[in-house]
Amino acid sequence: MNAPRSFESGVLTEERPGAVMPPQDRWREHKGGLVIVECPQRIPCNPCNTSCPTGAIMPFADINDVPQIDYAKCTGCALCVAKCPGLACFVADLTFGDGLALMKLPYEMLPSPAKGDRVECLGRAGENVCLGRVENVTEPLRDRTRVVHVSVPADKVNDVRAIRVV
Amino acid sequence: MEEIRTDVLVVGGGPAGLSAAAEAASAGADVLIAEGDLHLGGQLVKQSHKFFGSKDEFAGTRGFEIARLLRDEIAQCGDHVKIMLNTTVSGYYPDEKLVTAMVGEEEYVHISPKKIVLASGAQERLIPFPNNDLPGVYGAGAVQTLMNVYGVTPGKRVLMIGAGNIGLIVSYQLLQAGVEVAAILEAMPRIGGYWVHAAKVRRLGVPILLRHSISRAIGGDVVTGAMVCELDEKFAPVGEPQKVDCDTICLAVGLTPSNELLWQAGCKMKYVPFLCGHVPFRDKNMRTSNSDIWMAGDVCGIEEASAAMIEGRIAGMSAAASLGFKVSSENFEGCHARLHNLRAGEVGEKIRIGVSGVTVDGWEANV
Amino acid sequence: MDLIERHPILDFSHGEKVSFSFDGRDMEGFEGEPIAMALHANGVRIYRKTPEMRRPRGFFCAIGKCSSCFMVVDGVPNVRTCVTPLKSGMKVETQNGRGRVNLFAEEAS
Repeated sequence: MNAPRSFESGVLTEERPGAVMPPQDRWREHKGGLVIVECPQRIPCNPCNTSCPTGAIMPFADINDVPQIDYAKCTGCALCVAKCPGLACFVADLTFGDGLALMKLPYEMLPSPAKGDRVECLGRAGENVCLGRVENVTEPLRDRTRVVHVSVPADKVNDVRAIRVV
Repeated sequence: MEEIRTDVLVVGGGPAGLSAAAEAASAGADVLIAEGDLHLGGQLVKQSHKFFGSKDEFAGTRGFEIARLLRDEIAQCGDHVKIMLNTTVSGYYPDEKLVTAMVGEEEYVHISPKKIVLASGAQERLIPFPNNDLPGVYGAGAVQTLMNVYGVTPGKRVLMIGAGNIGLIVSYQLLQAGVEVAAILEAMPRIGGYWVHAAKVRRLGVPILLRHSISRAIGGDVVTGAMVCELDEKFAPVGEPQKVDCDTICLAVGLTPSNELLWQAGCKMKYVPFLCGHVPFRDKNMRTSNSDIWMAGDVCGIEEASAAMIEGRIAGMSAAASLGFKVSSENFEGCHARLHNLRAGEVGEKIRIGVSGVTVDGWEANV
Repeated sequence: MDLIERHPILDFSHGEKVSFSFDGRDMEGFEGEPIAMALHANGVRIYRKTPEMRRPRGFFCAIGKCSSCFMVVDGVPNVRTCVTPLKSGMKVETQNGRGRVNLFAEEAS
């Protein structure tokens, strides 16, 4: 049984403006990375805004609005990655070097990853995109949602959205 | 038989009931919460995911943590709130304004409340297919209870029926419990739940099959698999059904209000498809056509816990105010505004339409 | 028992482990947790047989609303095992058909 790779079945791809990617100029240079938000549906939810310490995720006029981002203010701190109930925020840091990017991904599964682990990096439909190396694991809100920092080939930042620890 | 007197009886200790009890008690009323289960918190206790909404509804906080916060709030009310667990309210006698309840399986009590807030929640829907009564066909809420409340593995491989929020969330929670999810079937051409919930399970490799349904459960005494078929535009099966191996079939095909007591109380009711069943008419403060009865949460239409908590606060305040206890009008207005905001988007459209069809401006003094 | 040993989000604090019997077999469960959960953890899936068709029935709603998990507990039929707490030494039996109440049980004993 092959599930379609369609937006209607939960794969938030480029068919519609599902992924809001940061502007290339700033993204290439910004140490710490910038946020990628994949939250294309108007739902009543705003913790990304209320958790953002710099105001980069702008205030909502209506709680049903989709997030709007001021990339000039984003520090890549990944607090929104840890807070978002939909696990729809990701950070990608393109300054990692050696042709690699550092992705900060939310993780709420077992087994727990550890620094140095090789992990499978998964795409939006669960496909194995590449291998990555765990560079750090944090738990910013002490609520068991971990943010896993994984280095991946820089050309995979548009595809990698989860990890599987094997 | 023992007769228990109270200012306000709250039926159901879930998010709506606890919120109602907290408001009524903090206004000064004596409140009794009758909860059928063994703990307070209702379905919140089994929600391990973080909630949506705004800060006022504990957005970004896990459901079971919200249950703890509400229990803490109830504890702050001290002697104003009494709690009866494992107590199922089974009857309402309008002439005597008397409530009967079953404590455990064999003991009955009478409760004589001045006012009642019904927050009895909802129950799981079932869909027809051969063998849908086999052990191993479980409601989604039951699967959550097993694995998230009591830490019991529900099965090894689960087939999920329904890609609404519950089906998507429970699938994610199954993965967290180390259980394989064979697939999520959805009869509609698109997922019914939030896209972000679907994205969470898709990226972990769970297939969501649109326009698919279960044609039968397989097994002698217990489930060992399921036949799955594709559906055409008219929801008729097309092609050869395929076999899926699984030991659990989880039904997440919707809920319907647990409205028995509202019927018994003679509340004016209406069938509202957008609210998933028969629901009572209500004024904006959640009072039913029976002037002694308010309601809140899923019993007045299937929505979600954030709205249930606000409705509970409104109902609790209004019930207390009717007994002469002082409640602030600011608090009322704040709750109404929050409820309005939660429902203002596209995903709230059906709720808005449903609720507007059963909301009255006010009840005549004599009803 | 078939329990979740490790969970990324949740901690499970179980009650005291106690013994009970199911159709004469000794089993273990946690005191105060529903009987139905203890049975499920012990691999029991069939809780009763329906009166007419003798169809097996098990756990379904887990919130005391559906009647699927009715069993005979310490001689009392139609017990909602999903919301009845387990106690040490309980005698739990598959319910065959309709529950039968022996109104004279107490006098006889």
